[in-house]
Amino acid sequence: MDFELMINSFPKLLNATLITLKLLSVSLLIGLFIGLIFAILRLNRNIIINKFAYCYSYVFRGTPLLVQIFIIYFGLGQIESLRSSYLWIILKEPYWCAIIAFALNTGAYTSEILRSAFQTIKPGIIEAGKSLGISSKIIFYKIQIPVAIRQSLPAYGNEIILMLKGTSLASTVTLMDLTGVAKYIISTTFKPIEVFVVAGSIYLFLTFCIHNLIQFLEKKYRY
Amino acid sequence: MNIFKKTIFSVLLSILVMGNVNADKIRIGTEGAYPPWNSKDESGKLIGFEVELAYTLCRYIGQQCTIVEQDWDGMIPALIMRKFDAIMAGMSITAERQKAINFSQGYADEVASLAVMKGSSLEGLDTPAGINLTKPNAEAKKALKTLTAALAGKTVCVQTATIHQNFLDSGDVGKVNVRTYKTQDEVNLDLASGRCDAALAAAVAFSDYAEKSGKPVVLTGPTFSGGAFGNGVGVGIRKDDTELLNAFNKAIDKARKNGDISRIATKWFGFDASM
Repeated sequence: MDFELMINSFPKLLNATLITLKLLSVSLLIGLFIGLIFAILRLNRNIIINKFAYCYSYVFRGTPLLVQIFIIYFGLGQIESLRSSYLWIILKEPYWCAIIAFALNTGAYTSEILRSAFQTIKPGIIEAGKSLGISSKIIFYKIQIPVAIRQSLPAYGNEIILMLKGTSLASTVTLMDLTGVAKYIISTTFKPIEVFVVAGSIYLFLTFCIHNLIQFLEKKYRY
Repeated sequence: MNIFKKTIFSVLLSILVMGNVNADKIRIGTEGAYPPWNSKDESGKLIGFEVELAYTLCRYIGQQCTIVEQDWDGMIPALIMRKFDAIMAGMSITAERQKAINFSQGYADEVASLAVMKGSSLEGLDTPAGINLTKPNAEAKKALKTLTAALAGKTVCVQTATIHQNFLDSGDVGKVNVRTYKTQDEVNLDLASGRCDAALAAAVAFSDYAEKSGKPVVLTGPTFSGGAFGNGVGVGIRKDDTELLNAFNKAIDKARKNGDISRIATKWFGFDASM
């Protein structure tokens, strides 16, 4: 074991962790928004809207994230007409391609997590609101959504951790995230074990933080 | 149940024994994704200059060979960890790599060049046809200056862990945005899509891509040799494996003398790239 290399590579890897965290937070934020919308669409009684939302989550949960990111990055880049459109300004950048893939992927999982949370809300809570004369719109925003978010916290925490590990695929589309920089260091030192152990430890530490944050929130919003 | 256990035991045992049978074959690692040096045909069989040369060299050594596929970015670590015994993957002999592994004498010359899409502003740069960076003369220095000015702020794409990446990172052509890819295929795709302003690799890798894809990829600027680009392509071998190193050196001598290397090189490159 080359401990000197481990110590020397640590600051570089820590720097790259910022990119990983940026990818994670931006895609989770957009994904949460997408997930909430599609969870509501899934609860819609209109069969077309319902099926559309179902198809989205089916496709993005049913294909590997690596394939999705490759289709968005390398696949869309092959389409001539797209390259001459305004969309290319965004799709030209590997960063945004990664964000789009991650957000759509986590959005699909989040929509399922939230949908099941909405469906497990006890009818009594909603009936209680109705009996107090609260409008169903306010019941939805003030009662159903908060309860659903609380219900989905454990599953969503899991999704955040999965997504954190998913961001390592950003390195396949040239982004220098934690995994990308680790691979770069290995390419000049030829010592994969040392560098990956350090990178793995950073991922483990991040998972530890996320896990504890979710547990804290679960306790705080216990009812 | 007992029969079941016995079956599993004997299967496991035979796998172990089979592993031992392979032990006296020389295992040669190659990438299989860098045509015409090494690549795969439609059926997935490994082909290319180095695949054919490897079998020829093994004949001279007098031992059987198996060729093992390995991703480029893990090539040297895989050799060190004994997943195979030798590397033949268009790997140039550089001082940096020689810290980790040994190289046989060179068997072929890799000529590196920049490539752009036809119509790019980087096309037709005013530079000599080729420059050597080992002891750059006035002409080479002037060419590097021209390149520095032309590439300022541009995105140049390379395969990861290559001499081409080392050259761009060395700062000889100033600060360019270097993008690294896992395979040369991906570099070619992004050059064609316009995400890369230019790409740097073996000149033959671009001409092979241009020919097969029909995309208007053209070479520009000088061809590079020496310095960060190393001294030819050799067989990579573990530091402690001097016996195999000597065997390969002798085999390359014989193959060169008999004209095998020239013949195979001309077949795959269209010109004699042997050395």
